[in-house]
Amino acid sequence: MKDGGLRRLTGVGLLSVVFLAGSVVVGTVSAKPASGLDRVLQELWLEAGHPVPEPCPDEVFLRRAHLDITGTLPTPAEVKDFLQDRSRFKRGELIDELLACDEYALYWSLKWGDLLRVKSEFPVNLWPNAVQAYHRWIYESLKANKPYDAMAREILTASGSNFRDPEVNFYRSAHSAEPEGIAEAVALTFMGSRYEAWRPDYQKALASVFTNLKFKKTAEWKEEIVYFDYTTPSEERRVIFPGGKAMTLQPDMDPRYAFADWLIQAENPWFARALVNRVWYWLIGQGIVHEPDDLREDNPPIHPKLLKCLEDEFVKADYDLKHLYRTILNSKAYQAESAAGRIGADLAILQYNLRRLDAEVLADALCQVTGTYEEYSSLIPEPFTFIPRSERSIALADGSITSTFLEMFGRPSRDTGMVLERRDTSSPAQHLHMLNSTHIRKKIESGSALKRIYGNGKRPVEKLEHCYLTLLSRYPTPEEKQWVQKSTQGKPWNHEHSVDLVWALINSAEFLYRH
Amino acid sequence: MKRNDISSAMTRREAVRTGLGATAALWAGQLPGLASESKPPLVERAKAVIQIWMWGGPSHLDTFDPKPDAGYDYCGAFKEPIATKVDGLQIGEKLPLLAGQADKFSVLRGMTHGINGHETASYMVQTGRPSGGGTVYPSLGAVVSYFKGYNAGYDGPLPPYVVLTQPQGRFSECGFLGPKYKPFATGGDPNKTPFTVEGIIAPGFSRQRQEERKRLLDGLDRLPWRLTDHPLMTTHMAHREEAYDLILGKGAAIFDLGEEPEGLRERYGRNTFGQSCLMARRLVENGVRYITINYKGWDTHKQHFPTMNRKLPRIGPWTGYPAGGSFGSRAARFHYRLVGGASSGAPPRCNGKPLGTGGAATTERPSAHSWPEVDFPVVRWWGPPIKRARMSSSVRSIPGI
Repeated sequence: MKDGGLRRLTGVGLLSVVFLAGSVVVGTVSAKPASGLDRVLQELWLEAGHPVPEPCPDEVFLRRAHLDITGTLPTPAEVKDFLQDRSRFKRGELIDELLACDEYALYWSLKWGDLLRVKSEFPVNLWPNAVQAYHRWIYESLKANKPYDAMAREILTASGSNFRDPEVNFYRSAHSAEPEGIAEAVALTFMGSRYEAWRPDYQKALASVFTNLKFKKTAEWKEEIVYFDYTTPSEERRVIFPGGKAMTLQPDMDPRYAFADWLIQAENPWFARALVNRVWYWLIGQGIVHEPDDLREDNPPIHPKLLKCLEDEFVKADYDLKHLYRTILNSKAYQAESAAGRIGADLAILQYNLRRLDAEVLADALCQVTGTYEEYSSLIPEPFTFIPRSERSIALADGSITSTFLEMFGRPSRDTGMVLERRDTSSPAQHLHMLNSTHIRKKIESGSALKRIYGNGKRPVEKLEHCYLTLLSRYPTPEEKQWVQKSTQGKPWNHEHSVDLVWALINSAEFLYRH
Repeated sequence: MKRNDISSAMTRREAVRTGLGATAALWAGQLPGLASESKPPLVERAKAVIQIWMWGGPSHLDTFDPKPDAGYDYCGAFKEPIATKVDGLQIGEKLPLLAGQADKFSVLRGMTHGINGHETASYMVQTGRPSGGGTVYPSLGAVVSYFKGYNAGYDGPLPPYVVLTQPQGRFSECGFLGPKYKPFATGGDPNKTPFTVEGIIAPGFSRQRQEERKRLLDGLDRLPWRLTDHPLMTTHMAHREEAYDLILGKGAAIFDLGEEPEGLRERYGRNTFGQSCLMARRLVENGVRYITINYKGWDTHKQHFPTMNRKLPRIGPWTGYPAGGSFGSRAARFHYRLVGGASSGAPPRCNGKPLGTGGAATTERPSAHSWPEVDFPVVRWWGPPIKRARMSSSVRSIPGI
């Protein structure tokens, strides 16, 4: 996974030593201080009369950073290395390492796949090869850290074949090919806003951008060309987009360019805001505006200052997504202990929130710790998508390819493109499955990665330690050792004890949740 | 519309026109023509529905709407439909057990959905809505689960919506209602002993081992201790307890078909489908509101008639043969409705290929695809005959909403 670039930030680290010389340093600190953001956070805590939350311990940070940035559990070796590392800047360094690895792009393609409704059928009908092309485009864009404004512009102004110009699939995934349907998708995706709640003149203005956007079939099976139809005459139009000034759409120009120009500019009230609010929701667990994609005047942000700070940071960095992630991940909010009980939304927004693992991440984590695979197959012709068994669940490109497990744990069916369609709520069925299903039992009993735990030649205490490092990314505490010892009721440690230990840890909230 | 407003005097035609469709059939407890002297109300509600979903599905010509005069190209081997207990109603020759109970069900031959693909057709029949548009609607079971489940005070030991044994796939049953309303899919095979219901019954695990494991977990699961007041942890622990209520409590007994008399199990047919039907009945008796039996294997692009010869006789005993026997009495006690297998319809012609046993490469009746011009029958148990109901309104109105 992460190779290279390990210590390339030493220079930055040195700079921050100087910067931080005057402040009290608790635990380890980041290589790049998110000072602007942290200052705003401090102010907000002060205003609320709430003490700055304690920073989380290293092992908690390590686990959550791995899961949040890459959707992947750390290996026991990675845990040991990190916990042994005495550097004060190891958290920031880890964040940079994780942002640089392929799993970052893979995991975040999954989240973007939800928003862009990447699925081959029902109710979106992209069809399998277009899904693969579109997913690949998203993945490559994130991997190259393509600036978000460029990504949005490429999508908004896309024309061409659904197979060869994958970003046109945005238009094919809208709820309808009518201008209003496309406007709805554009408003939700790039403005974090619900078109149906707009004033009629705004609705009309945005829909008019897509009036001459057309679709046509080709001789190739399921190929579709998205194009701007210059042959249909249109008149010069004066339009006003929400919160903007009146502008003129020229009849001989594809108005999507004019719209993209209006949308993607520092002064635009929607574009950067919608994105940073979503990213905050994804990383911290609460949107500054709730729901994360329902920005509107009468649904104000709980902390406007915080939202503004992130927005400015993002725009100043030329819409650099990784910079935004880095800023948030290095902040006191992200690195805070998660709240121990129920707290108000105004405070919950300011610190890391306890959450269950995403369905796909959980499936992968189970495979990783046990050394097993999930098998996925596609029901959708044609061509049938083949998914090698080594493929990770977070790499599933197609929202139509799923499993009972993934659905049970809240994989969204990607029907709406809304962030909250992905669910991380608990249900009794999930517990039945984890506690007692054949699926999990087989993994625990026959997983190749567990041989080390089950095999002979290790002392029980070593097995126990390995178990904790693998599953919970930390060493067991003395009380835990004691409890496990006690559970054998005086009998010598046997295979069944090992299996039961793995089973118990897999079913512990600490495994199932990010905290 | 309120069901209770409809008087028993309402005519069939009116019921259909007002969109009642199959409602009456499915949620009504006793219906005219069934119960005898005293005039029972038309619209007493049933408490549960068993839906038999024959994925594929069987051709109407082979089952409930035979057309013997259409000739060999259409009828293939099945050219002699049989009379039923009801005058003038003929059904396929492979369904003698159903013929003997025809007074207990009605056949809808007038339904059509005009859709030419499995997934979209199923969606239509399951949800009562055409596919397309941005909103994905919930299936009937999810709707019943919404209105009759936990929100409505349901406190049965099992989830209110259960699927035997595999879920639909292809589209999400819960639609916009969200995963809370997804069915509990049992997995396993009720024709095997034990019926390993996913998550509830783990073969080879003694109760003692389960209890030991639980103790270990209770001791090691530290996060809920540390975050005692966190709502997510409270829910987490509550849901775990619910799960254990099934694992160590009632669940195992409900799914144990060994509690049924051997003779009854034989009558239902010693195959996965037959035992699923018996299981469905037990589930109704334990309060489950909606059960879907997913019966796969009706998508016969090849080997159609041999497959039908094998499979059709299995759908006879689903009522708990013999006629007038246990099905009737137990159903009356628990007020449930059996909704029989709707087929997806079929292009009625068998592609002009040689029929009969056919070689492996022979495409016989491609009953997979529905055919707009073809009406296909839906069997309802214990309902008045209703004809020409529109699919969407009928399907939507089944749970009476």
